[in-house]
Formats: sequence, structure tokens, C-alpha cells
Amino acid sequence: MTIDRREFLRRSGFGLAATLAGLSGARAAAPSSARGARVVVVGAGFGGAVCAKYIRMWDPNIEVTLIEANDRFVSCPMSNWVIGGIRSVDELVKSYDQLPRNHGIRMVHDTVVGVDADKRRVLTRRGDSYAYDRLVLAPGIDFMTELIEGYDVAESHGKVTHAFRAGPRTALLRKQLEAMPDGGVFVIASPPPPGRCVSGPYERACMAAHYFKQHKPRSKIIMLDGHFDVVSKGPMFKAAWKKFYPGMIEHRPNNLAVKVDHTTMTVSSEFEDVKGDVINVVPMMRAAKLCDTVGVRTDSQNRWCPVDGATFESTAIPGIHVIGDSVLSNIPKSAHVSNNQAKICAAAIVDLLNGREPNPAPIIGSTSYSATSDHTAGPIAVVMRYDPKQKSYIRQPGGGASPECDELNFAYNLAWFENIWADTLT
Amino acid sequence: MKKKVMSFIGIGLYAVTATAGAADTHIRVTAATCYICHGPNGKSEHAIPGLAGQDRNYLVQAMKEQKTAARETTVMRKYMLGYTDAEIEAMADFFASVK
Repeated sequence: MTIDRREFLRRSGFGLAATLAGLSGARAAAPSSARGARVVVVGAGFGGAVCAKYIRMWDPNIEVTLIEANDRFVSCPMSNWVIGGIRSVDELVKSYDQLPRNHGIRMVHDTVVGVDADKRRVLTRRGDSYAYDRLVLAPGIDFMTELIEGYDVAESHGKVTHAFRAGPRTALLRKQLEAMPDGGVFVIASPPPPGRCVSGPYERACMAAHYFKQHKPRSKIIMLDGHFDVVSKGPMFKAAWKKFYPGMIEHRPNNLAVKVDHTTMTVSSEFEDVKGDVINVVPMMRAAKLCDTVGVRTDSQNRWCPVDGATFESTAIPGIHVIGDSVLSNIPKSAHVSNNQAKICAAAIVDLLNGREPNPAPIIGSTSYSATSDHTAGPIAVVMRYDPKQKSYIRQPGGGASPECDELNFAYNLAWFENIWADTLT
Repeated sequence: MKKKVMSFIGIGLYAVTATAGAADTHIRVTAATCYICHGPNGKSEHAIPGLAGQDRNYLVQAMKEQKTAARETTVMRKYMLGYTDAEIEAMADFFASVK
């Protein structure tokens, strides 16, 4: 089924919503020549939802359709807190009700199966077709489970999970830790960068250790790290492990997991076999399959999507933008960065549809907090500025990770969750 | 080399010919990056303070003090060292004007 403009207006209550958005959010928008232009955004995570919202805020004359497979938002940030038992899995789940209503976005719950880039149409599993002038892909990542022998069968038996996409896997890993006996071994096998949330496995070790310290103090955590050192916030994590959980966490670098056997509960790297009572294997990642299907996952390893850093337009297919964890970049892959990329992309699309030149040198701020206990956390923050000459985001001086964690940054971590969820979903 | 020179000229032309609209876009998008921690439109009900409607001079002073570490900070010093003074002043104007 093809949905035309009249049908779009009828279904979405577009006129009223556009008026409301015009009154509330678009105060700074320039006069628009983009009336009737259509943008389709695929994926309503921290990148896609934000991009859809800010296009509408910055030019309410542009029609935005946001296509998302899931009917509720599930936050990966804070999911380690669920694994450590200091939050419930329900607290990760948020409603999509407000976003389309507040900003006059047409939200569709369906799965995109393909894109006809010549005719500029998005095709969905239900058989619908959506025309676009500009398309934004924000589908997130897939896991390269085929690189770890035995992973798929181990996961299908419910024995091993990555828990790096929040939801049922988060709940499963928490349940496995609850069932683990005191004195048990929890193995976390993590991949080398690049990948989503590189500090996640180390925060996870902290959260599990926090739980063990109170309930299973004889237990041990072995980290098999595919990287040569702690990837992010290394001094802070190592200091926290020593201070809060002495002797409990053993970090083994240069130990990429290549095999898992759920019948013997063994993880193997190139160098050793490690038995665990609970095994958490995080495989290497790549841009979601949709990016490959569409033809924008075109780096030399077929893992990530090269884009123009000023507009996030694919270098492979004009008119298609890619944001979030799927992008080929030296910028970290995180919710915070996805949000910033979404805003840069939204502003560029508004400019392009209005016949203006986009800002050639935008700025991305990257912040990530990691909790080290139920009352301490530490941040990393970096400002990166796009250099169109070098076609790269250049790290500005002064950024980096804090060497210590404290209670103030735990409070800020909580505020960060609340405010990024609000910025994404309201 | 020729390509490099051309792209350098391109940036220069942008800077010279950039309209107030383009400069506004740069600041509007950069300010929007602050919303992640300081709340949508700079309005926060949580431990990280809001920026919307704050006094312009106070915001400039606070940001510049963080840059020179005259004021105790967390991530803010790391951020401020990445911004120019002109960007700091323009962002202060932006947030001071949010109702």
C-alpha cells in the first residue's frame, strides 16, 4: 500500500500538530521553503527518535515519518544497573506515546525490509511503501555471533547471552546471576573496539561485583578482554575494582573469545579455556543488516557505514543519511553521541531541504558515565569538531576520562539518564 | 595540494559569506548538545542544573571560569576547553533567552 500526502495528513492529525509545534518548538526556525518535503526515519532509538523530533522542531513544514519495529522504547543505558540488581528491568522500558503527539511526527510500528533508492521509497514487512526526499537510517547494530563457535546454539538454549541489547537478555543475565551459587565464577568476554558502549563490560563487572559483595562474597569475576587493556576509563575502573571489590575481579587482556560450549560452560580464547557458572559473551558488532541490504554498509570490512561528517549523508547513496552506532567513525558509539549526530543530521537535512548549505564544521560532544557501585560513578567527556579538510572529527584539547569515581558523578549519571530519555521521547 | 587549497578557500568563503542564519544554526545545534545532560531546551528537574533563562553574564562567567579551572568542575572543564570564547558567549545568549 502506498500512502499519499492526503492520507498522511488524515492519519496523523498533522495540521493540528504542525500548528502546535509551530507555537512551541520552532521559535528559532527560519522561513521555510521545504513545505511538503518528506523525511522518513528508520529506527526510534537514541539517534532516530531525536532526529525525527528535531527536524520537526527546526522546520515544522517538513513531514516526518518515524518507522520503528518495537512498540516500546527499551534503554540500553542503565541496563547494567538491572544486571547488578540496583534497578528493575521495568525502569528501562519507556512509552513512545508522547513523541509523535508533541511534535507532529507520524510514527509507524513496522519493520523496514528494503529501500528503493532510485524511486526514493521505503518498503516495510507489512507491504507498505513510504516516499521520501531524505531518508535517515538509525537501525543500530547487529552482533557477529558467527565469529564465536557455539554462540548461537548456546544462546538458543538460554545458557549464554550478550545482554548488550536491553530487554529480555538483560533480565536473563540478571536471573542467571541470582541463581549462581556463592563461590561461583562469572565470566564476561568482551570484544575489541569499535563497538557500542566500550565501557559497558567494565561497568557490568562493577555492578555484578557490587551484587556479589553483598550476597555472594566468595564469588569471582573473570574478564576475558579482546582488547589489550581496559578500553575506556581504565584508571578509574581499575582503582574502583581495587577499592570496592579487592580480589574479586580479574581482568585478562588480549583474550578474545572465539568459542563457547554451553554443555561444559566453557569459554575459549586463543590462549585458554575458562569455565564459568554464568557466561556473558559480547560478540563483535557491525551496522545492522538493513544497512547492508540498502547498500550503505560499504567500508572495507563490510561492518560500518561511511558518511559525510557534516551531514551524515551516506557516501554510497545520495539522499540516505546514517546516524548512530552504524556509522563508520572515530567517534565513540553511544547513546550520547547518537543524540548529537541526530541533531547535526536534522539541522543539515533542514538546511538541504530549504536550499541552504549545511554547517561544514559541526561539533559533537561525547559524554559517558559509568557506575562503579550503587552510589559512585565516573565520567568521560570529549569535544570533537568536524574538519572538512581532513574529513574527520578532530578531538579538541582538554577532554578525557576522570581518574576517579565519586558520589556527585553518580547523581549526575542519574540526571543524565532522566534528561536524555526526556530529550529522546518527549 | 590544489585540492587542499580549494577546500581551505571553501571554508573561508563559508565563514565570510555565512549568513546570520548559518551562525544561528551552529549555535542552536551546539546548544542542543547541552540538552542531553541539562534537559530538553536547557530545562532540567534533576541534579544537573538547567540553563534556560539564566542570567547571560552569569553563564559566560561560569563557563569561562570552568575553562581556566578557577571553578571546581566535573565534565564541564573538559567541555569548555573544546569551545571557543565566541561559542561560549553565543551559547550564553541562547540559553539566557529561553523562556
